[in-house]
Amino acid sequence: MSDPCLTFNNLTLGYDRHAAVHHLEGVVDKGSLTAIYGANGSGKSTLLKGIVGLIKPMAGDCKRSPGTRIAYLPQLSEIDRAFPARVVDIVSLGLWPRLGLLGRQTAEDRKAVADALVAVGLAGFEKRPLDTLSGGQMQRALFARVLVQNADLILLDEPFNAIDARTVRDLLVIISRWHAEGRTVMAVLHDLELVRLHFPETLLLARAPVAWGQTKDVLTPANLEYSRHFDEAWHDDAPWCEGDDAHHGSIHGHEHEHGHGHDHHDGHAHRDSKHGSASAKAPQTEDA
Amino acid sequence: MTMFEFLIAPFTEFGFMQRALAGSLLLSLSCCPVGVFLMLRRMSLAGDAMAHAILPGAAAGFLLYGLELVPMTIGGLIAGLTVALSAGAVSRFTLQREDASMAAFYLISLAAGVLLVSLRGSSVDLMHVLFGSVLALDNSALTLIGSICVVTLILLTVFWRALVAECLDPLFLRSVSRLGAPVHFVFLGVVVLNLVGGFQALGTLLSVGLMMLPAAGARFWTSRVETMALLSVAIGMVSCAAGLLVSYHAALPSGPAIIFAAGAIYLFSVIFGTRGAIAARVRPSRHRTA
Repeated sequence: MSDPCLTFNNLTLGYDRHAAVHHLEGVVDKGSLTAIYGANGSGKSTLLKGIVGLIKPMAGDCKRSPGTRIAYLPQLSEIDRAFPARVVDIVSLGLWPRLGLLGRQTAEDRKAVADALVAVGLAGFEKRPLDTLSGGQMQRALFARVLVQNADLILLDEPFNAIDARTVRDLLVIISRWHAEGRTVMAVLHDLELVRLHFPETLLLARAPVAWGQTKDVLTPANLEYSRHFDEAWHDDAPWCEGDDAHHGSIHGHEHEHGHGHDHHDGHAHRDSKHGSASAKAPQTEDA
Repeated sequence: MTMFEFLIAPFTEFGFMQRALAGSLLLSLSCCPVGVFLMLRRMSLAGDAMAHAILPGAAAGFLLYGLELVPMTIGGLIAGLTVALSAGAVSRFTLQREDASMAAFYLISLAAGVLLVSLRGSSVDLMHVLFGSVLALDNSALTLIGSICVVTLILLTVFWRALVAECLDPLFLRSVSRLGAPVHFVFLGVVVLNLVGGFQALGTLLSVGLMMLPAAGARFWTSRVETMALLSVAIGMVSCAAGLLVSYHAALPSGPAIIFAAGAIYLFSVIFGTRGAIAARVRPSRHRTA
């Protein structure tokens, strides 16, 4: 039986009344390791922001199982590098969920921070000011902060951008450790090879989900070809989505017949093009 | 004239000098750390805007009750908080950034203030509101400044971690806590409180000077927030003592003298600070291989 960490109910996210993630249905199991893959503008980052709650759904919702602690590594951090802070200060921010506003740092907390720095290969960097770090070192410091957060659900948005191969290897070790510890991890990635090698599950997005399930079943040539050619632009004359009843109904029907009771990772394609309900099905993927 | 006569005697001989020193030292203790956070949040000019925003409230108090501390203070607080909260709310709930919304609201407030002052009162009164009179601090003014100092220090201590997090990585704070917006509003409230506390002594315009100049100067000496806050307090206190002495011996207005002293320390820091202009331009004589 599946143990859901996240449940998407017809989730639609977007900006300015244009959908960026369209009618996402499904469940992210506890302890799963999922890559989110798709072209630019296919809604990957938007989905993560929606899960964290930084943007509100335009329709549907995203439910977290109660008590889930989230750690989120954004694609573009809003860190002020000129702020007079040291590496240890930014990593210690990860203690926030434990300490809150007023909690005192214990020796144990300081050890957690030190261990995290060692784990990302930044031992000895504690006192370095932020503005002296390279891009890759900064990314590793942010990984250390995620480690310190000790979260159940870890969301990484393009964690390996502009990171050298050795560092990617180090960070992948950490991700697989999280997986082994039973944490749920979702990462937006652009490197197919890496997804195939290290991520058991994949969600392929092209605004609407193209396919979702076992990586080998999702990353098929046909699915990839489809996701590459999706139309990323917004169209002011795009029809209003009648999703909840009209054309979306048939897809839901499919789901209600087979969906409940087992995983929803059945990658039913809701290929919502701007022309409306042309929903050619993606090649099916079935969970074992 | 001995050193004692020059530096100490003015404060031992005259009660008004003692009260001026006590009031301005208390102000330094509470204003300067607030200024450090304003600077680090890139809101250095927001303090200036807020000081203008306080004017109509103080003017309304003055119109209704004359040159009385309590009504002018309460009026200033109301006007300042209204502008701060409105500007903050517009930037949090719409696309407009805070610098623009702050500018809009303080200008509205300033116009209202000038209109109010012009309804009654001479330009002498206006000068008093704008530039204060630290030498005329009575006991009720000292009590007010003391209370503001205590409230400010308590709020800063309680919210310190959130303030740092909100400056350093606001997106992170939003992802782990709902405190981001409340902390911002508490902080704006503290800014208004300190400007109102300063305006009896230094006037609405110059009280920003005691807030920002020591903070801006401290930036050139350290790269830790805690040290910066302490150093700014020290710079503020030295400026107050120096400014009062200059104003006493040279018979100059005390408010501007204090701010001028802080300005001199700022300029010195810009040039000679360990992170200042010279340090940045001098090529190190040797460097390490790694």
